Amino acid sequence: MTISKKAACNSHGQDSSYFLGWEEYEKNPFHESTNPNGIIQMGLAENQLSFDLLESWLAANPDAASFKRDGQSIFRELALFQDYHGLPIFKNALAQFMAEIRGNKVQFDPNNLVLTAGATSANETLIFCLADPGDAFLLPTPYYPGFDRDLKWRTGVKIVPIQCTSRNGFRITSSAVEEAYKLAQKRNLKVKGVLITNPSNPLGITLSRKELNLLLNFVDKKGIHLISDEIYSGTVFDSAEFVSIMELLPNRNNPQLMNRVHVVYSLSKDLGLPGFRVGSIFSNDRLVVAAATKMSSFGLISSQTQYLLSAILSDHVFAKKYVAENRMRLRNRHAVLVSGLRRVGISCLESNSGLFCWVDMRHLLSSDSLEAEMELWKKVVYDVGLNISPGSSCHCAEHGWFRVCFANMTEDTLDLAIRRIKSFVDSISPIKNCRNSRSKSISKWVSRLSFHDRECDR
Amino acid sequence: MLGSQEHILSKIASNDGHGENSAFFDGWKAYDADPYHPTKNPNGVIQMGLAENQLSFDLVEEWVRNNPKASICTAEGASQFKDIAIFQDYHGLPEFRNAVARFMEKVRGDRVRFDPARIVMSGGATGAQETLTFCLADPGEALLVPTPYYPANDRDLTWRTGVELVPVICDSSNGFRMTRDALEAAYKAALESNTAVKGLLLNNPSNPLGTVLDREALSMALSFTNEKNIHLICDEIYSATVFAEPGFVSIAEVLAESPDANPDLVHIVYSLSKDLGFPGFRVGILYSYNDAVVCCARKMSSFGLVSTQTQRTLASMLADEEFTQEFLAQSAARLGARRAALCQGLAQMGVGSLEGSAGLYCWMDLRRLLKAATFEAEAELWRVIVDDARINVSPGASFHCAEPGWFRVCFANMDEETMRVALSRISKLVVQRKSGEAARKQCRRRSKLEISLSFRRLEEIMMSPHSPMTSPLVRTMT
Repeated sequence: MTISKKAACNSHGQDSSYFLGWEEYEKNPFHESTNPNGIIQMGLAENQLSFDLLESWLAANPDAASFKRDGQSIFRELALFQDYHGLPIFKNALAQFMAEIRGNKVQFDPNNLVLTAGATSANETLIFCLADPGDAFLLPTPYYPGFDRDLKWRTGVKIVPIQCTSRNGFRITSSAVEEAYKLAQKRNLKVKGVLITNPSNPLGITLSRKELNLLLNFVDKKGIHLISDEIYSGTVFDSAEFVSIMELLPNRNNPQLMNRVHVVYSLSKDLGLPGFRVGSIFSNDRLVVAAATKMSSFGLISSQTQYLLSAILSDHVFAKKYVAENRMRLRNRHAVLVSGLRRVGISCLESNSGLFCWVDMRHLLSSDSLEAEMELWKKVVYDVGLNISPGSSCHCAEHGWFRVCFANMTEDTLDLAIRRIKSFVDSISPIKNCRNSRSKSISKWVSRLSFHDRECDR
Repeated sequence: MLGSQEHILSKIASNDGHGENSAFFDGWKAYDADPYHPTKNPNGVIQMGLAENQLSFDLVEEWVRNNPKASICTAEGASQFKDIAIFQDYHGLPEFRNAVARFMEKVRGDRVRFDPARIVMSGGATGAQETLTFCLADPGEALLVPTPYYPANDRDLTWRTGVELVPVICDSSNGFRMTRDALEAAYKAALESNTAVKGLLLNNPSNPLGTVLDREALSMALSFTNEKNIHLICDEIYSATVFAEPGFVSIAEVLAESPDANPDLVHIVYSLSKDLGFPGFRVGILYSYNDAVVCCARKMSSFGLVSTQTQRTLASMLADEEFTQEFLAQSAARLGARRAALCQGLAQMGVGSLEGSAGLYCWMDLRRLLKAATFEAEAELWRVIVDDARINVSPGASFHCAEPGWFRVCFANMDEETMRVALSRISKLVVQRKSGEAARKQCRRRSKLEISLSFRRLEEIMMSPHSPMTSPLVRTMT
């Protein structure tokens, strides 16, 4: 009938396993006391480790937080403020915060910042600004499943993968980039740019200078754009290890290239405030800034939220302290998961950032196939009771990798999750070692796992 | 330059679809450059081009003061901070959806029920309009829109969606009422140009007319759209600004009374920007009777969710029925009184306006002051109003009005004294105009203005069409 093709199609991507795991979790969510056998959510990249710092700031700064300036209510001015250039004090504070996260090795001019309702909106807006329907962007795999919706759905733009594999720790290589470009050409797609996530989701690694430079060389040669989604920049355990794409530009002395490199940021991960919908686009190109600013009308940040965050982030002493403390807590939590998994023979990609680990479960697959990965995933969701994200949902070129989040739960819950994994691995290790009885045992597991008539007895 | 622009940016980003290059914004720029202030700048430009509801903030501020728990930042509300801050479910906070549904019911005198499960959030009504268009139409298809209409419809409905707008012409011969003939004519014109029409967008109460659609008109629209099997979108953003008879009739009511109508074709757009005066909080609502549209729009709402901090505050506020009852009554009364003052003042100088019972503006008839019944003459008169009378009003052409000479004048974004000043300036202008003195004076002024305006166009700083840069927040904090 009468709804649009976009409404009728599937390219919002929400039928992917990434979201299905969430649905299963929603039906049977773990709770320490009321549902201790429920599914533990490890598919949600949230940072819940540092709220106490924000809460104590709020308690210590009641006036700043309650629509008051110099004792006077500014509710009315905030309620009326809808200027898409954003609240200047907020943009200034955000620009400084972004610089602080980068050890002040980069400065961001607030006039080149565009505010958007979350990074979701920032990424979509940038694609609308830089590409026409039918054009393509190259993305290294594995990548955040939400990009299929954010970059493609309403824009009509395509994604062509730059395949990365475990052979070299999933690093981006020149040949992989060139291959992706050729593939796009073969499909008659005009490549408008490359989009990277740095630090990477789902890998949890910061891109090396080598990778960043090869990408800059590539986009320079092709005359195309480079978008660097740096949403996890504040989650790098050791700040010295993060190199923002913006750091590498001044030395190149190439203003045209500088105008084609854009950074996306958000406070959803670093500050743990996804509900507030705070995203931004930074670009050196005033035309991009102007176009994106106009488009931001479709998703501005609530003035109330801009004001609150400007108060918090303008407190530079607090911001600095927060960034350092938050990093340390993430590093410690990461170590707990990595060592817990190692003790049961499961290794992770060596990582230095993010709210998750990229876990190698290839040795637990019954075969090197997508079916086997899905089979294992279902076991983990239903039998082990953990919602983790299968690598296929992130378009990983290899089977058997899973993203496991660690920052959205208490340490006790993480310990419980690790214990469950241990029981699971212990129970199937005879299968791993015994080739003869392998198929029999596997089919015993598989027959208990029919997706449709699964009874959740956990 | 154009070549490299095309290379850097997409077609959408490089074209004029955002609508901000329209001359319409020159009035804003004049205001921004020289804003009126009663003591500091008494000769500055008075802003009457901004449809904002500023008359009832005192009521809201009092509520906020008395309800510290509604904010997650106060001592009373801080225990909720974490849960609110991490909540990003695009269904929205349940208490928010419930409160919004309840509020919408109240605005309609409890004559209809709204299901909270059909409430979808968006980045303001701006976001809701665009999202709905993405859901209902494909690029190249069209929506019918009665003229005169809100200028930003061009951006919101067509810019990134690739959908077209086909005007349904309404004129003063019958008080700008939309007729069946006009609808059929527009539909036919679209078909003849091989354009598939997907829906009809109504704005009720109307911006810029300040009128409401009666039951008959709504039924007519409903039967027309059912017959053609196209969608009916009703933007009811001004629903609580109705201050007089005839009162407000919502499409929801008419739908409830029409068992033969297909509910899958009916959708409502709403927002708190006008009724409550909260444009800064970006609360857009999309309500659809079509399950597939609710589902799709909800997924798209990821691109413009309402900040949970704001959802929380408003959920508390709107759930306070004693407050909302009082607010709705007071706000309507104040709007009615203010409009009456404006229209009476205009009438006294022989200037008429379209009779209306809603909105934050009136539709002023200055046809008799035009040098000719042309849009050039309207533009000329508008320049005189901006340059000589120093008032920013919105010319009918910017609303795609079919007849020249009409202007939208906003009255709810200023205090009474400022409005009195504005009226006296208009009065002077009318007298001058009638005596022909203005003609000579404006010739000299215009050449000066053209130079300064074209200079401003070269500036890279784009002025926001929303709130002027001279908001007190910007002035003190830049």
